[in-house]
Amino acid sequence: MLRCNLLRARNTGEVADHGAAFAFIIVGMNAEKHESVLSRRRMFLQSALVLAAMPLLPAGAETGALRIGLTPVFLDDQVSFLTRWRTWLERRLKRSVVFVQRGSYREVLDLIRGGKIDFAWICGYPYVRYRHELRLVAVPLWRGRPYYQSYLIVPADDAKSNSLSDLRGKVFAYSDPDSNSGFLYPQYRLTTLGENPTTFFSRSFFTWAHRKVVEAVGVGLADGGAVDGYVWETLAEFQPALTRSTRIIERSPDLGHPPFVARLDIPAAELQQFRAALLGMPSDTEGAELLRLLRLDGFVAGQPSLFDEIKRMATRVRRT
Amino acid sequence: MIALADLSLGLKIPLRVMAAVLGTALAVTAALVTREYDEMSQNLEAHAKSLARVMANTLVAPMLHDDIWRAYEIIQSARDPAAIAPELQADVVLVTDLEYRVFVSSRPRMFPIGSSPASQGGAYGRLRAAMLEGQPTEQKVIDPADSAYYFVMSPLVADGVALGHVVLGYSKISFLPRFTGLVGRAALVTLLVLIVIMPIAWVSARRTGAPLLALADAMRRVPDELEMARLTELPGSRDEIGQLGDAFVRMVGELKHKQELEGQMLVSERLAAVGRLSAGIAHEINNPLGGMLTAIKTWQRHGSGDPMSVQTLSLLERGLDQIRHTVAALLVETKPKDRAFEPADIDDLLILVEAEARARSVRVAVDSSLTASLPLPATLLRQILLNLLLNAVAAAEQGGMVQLNAGAKDGKLRLSVCNDGEHIPEDQMAYLFEPFASGREKGHGLGLWIVYQIVQQLNGGLSVESEPGCTTFSIEIPYVEPV
Repeated sequence: MLRCNLLRARNTGEVADHGAAFAFIIVGMNAEKHESVLSRRRMFLQSALVLAAMPLLPAGAETGALRIGLTPVFLDDQVSFLTRWRTWLERRLKRSVVFVQRGSYREVLDLIRGGKIDFAWICGYPYVRYRHELRLVAVPLWRGRPYYQSYLIVPADDAKSNSLSDLRGKVFAYSDPDSNSGFLYPQYRLTTLGENPTTFFSRSFFTWAHRKVVEAVGVGLADGGAVDGYVWETLAEFQPALTRSTRIIERSPDLGHPPFVARLDIPAAELQQFRAALLGMPSDTEGAELLRLLRLDGFVAGQPSLFDEIKRMATRVRRT
Repeated sequence: MIALADLSLGLKIPLRVMAAVLGTALAVTAALVTREYDEMSQNLEAHAKSLARVMANTLVAPMLHDDIWRAYEIIQSARDPAAIAPELQADVVLVTDLEYRVFVSSRPRMFPIGSSPASQGGAYGRLRAAMLEGQPTEQKVIDPADSAYYFVMSPLVADGVALGHVVLGYSKISFLPRFTGLVGRAALVTLLVLIVIMPIAWVSARRTGAPLLALADAMRRVPDELEMARLTELPGSRDEIGQLGDAFVRMVGELKHKQELEGQMLVSERLAAVGRLSAGIAHEINNPLGGMLTAIKTWQRHGSGDPMSVQTLSLLERGLDQIRHTVAALLVETKPKDRAFEPADIDDLLILVEAEARARSVRVAVDSSLTASLPLPATLLRQILLNLLLNAVAAAEQGGMVQLNAGAKDGKLRLSVCNDGEHIPEDQMAYLFEPFASGREKGHGLGLWIVYQIVQQLNGGLSVESEPGCTTFSIEIPYVEPV
């Protein structure tokens, strides 16, 4: 029965996975205008998911809660990890925290640009596009540096393809149209190769998460895909079977790591407090443990110029 | 086959019942399994159809939005790698567009996006034709004989317009384990039922056959052991076997009667032959004997008186006289003139045997209902009774008793003499009345022979019954009442 419900829910095109489903109920508690959606959702959730979602509801989920949007720039489907992180943030910030998750980057971006959420962990590509509507809070340090790479991967059993140009006429999996590593970089690469990104592949599709790009390429649904290098490496530790079914054929140059941003009208004190919390994670036992689980080394305040390369690529792609 | 036909009913009936029980059990099991199989395949088809319908409905939006990944997640979610009923799992899920190209499939390596499933050959090449048949919006089930799969196809319809098809391919082989499991369970149940029923059926079948076996056993004893056959316990039921048993008992009774009759006839014939022989011999002896005796008488009357001759002839005369007596005893002749038998004759006879009886301390009892004289020769009857009484006294136990019954009724004189002495052995019975057949040392062995001859001459009947403690000689002699 559950499966059928799930299928129907997915059919509406609003819920991509379990993570998104519980995010919905969290938002629903606060956003009255979603009430009709919520009631519909509730019928669906009553089966089993509501039980899983309950512990995530913060004690003080009132209007005063700090609302943080999350996107699949990291492995955002680890519910127990998110609970620990939220609890830690609440203790650090001394106010309740709500994580807001959505099926695509676009929806989270719309929320933060509209001031409906306070902070968001987004990709560098939308950051450079909307940098005047957002404020940079912090940039993660991965392997000691605020950079990451985009990986172009093919199925492990494909021994012939060794570069992007070998994938002409094939099926390609992007993660999200607002992702730097999962969309902008391969588009840019094709542009520099003199190819038309819209006709180079016979078919392309979005999986709306980096992890699912790895899955799609691993099972052979797509002949190639673009994935966040940080996500791929982290997956390689958590689920090596998944990454082992893929092979990296190209790595992008270092690009600015997906940053935490704040809505434009965030009070300076709140921004400072949140930034301090993130930057202080390594010096706290639980914070350090959470960073270890994220496979990150910490956060730096970061400069907008970190994302100049992404900005350049975006400009180049938009021009063609 | 012959060996089976020769088998005893005691085994044949139970074996046939067993075969019937076994056959029924197998037939019922086969029927149940067939029904279960039909139901199972119907369930499977219904399940497949509903799954295909749900999928088709669910896949419309991803198809319209060209959302390959979501479509893939949907068809993957319909697969459960650790399913309890693996035969309900579609092996292959294909989503094809109107041109029969793969939109997405559960096996991307086998059916890459954009390729034609027909390139896999086999049944996949024929699915296209099946899709075009009939109503474009109806579900179809295709079961190609040469394929290891059968297919359920459901059209993807949005607003009455077909977008493509969902094809679920089910392995025919994965159906087998469940079916063999079913057959195994049915066989086990049948076996348990048989274990319960078989002994009951066996015992009941044995009991059905038992009366027939008893009858057959009794029949085997005919004709050598008639008495044993007669005494065999046969079924007393009123069914056919019971009737057969009754008929058998009647038949054995008649056979026994016939055998006895034959025995009696044999004895009578032999006695008659002996009678004829002794009469002939007596006649041949009497003729010269008379001559010789007459010659001796003549010589004695007119002879010389030589003492030597007198002595010799006297010796001859005594020897010839003994021969004459013996021959006379062998050949009893009715005297034409004789007085009628009186009740007082019995009293006379008692006096005659009294001395002998006293010597052996035997009591002689008489029960006579005779009141008047009978038109029968008194001398002969007295001879009969005297012989019988003397025999009885001799045969009776020391200090035992002899009983004489006499009576006349319906023109027949009935006499019977019984004693309580040792009974006459079976093997002597047949020769009892023959001359010189007596086993006793005393007597000349002609007593009963004389009785027999007299009874014969008087057209009477004679019988002997002898059992331990009671030996009875009975005589019946007819007479004509004087008008």
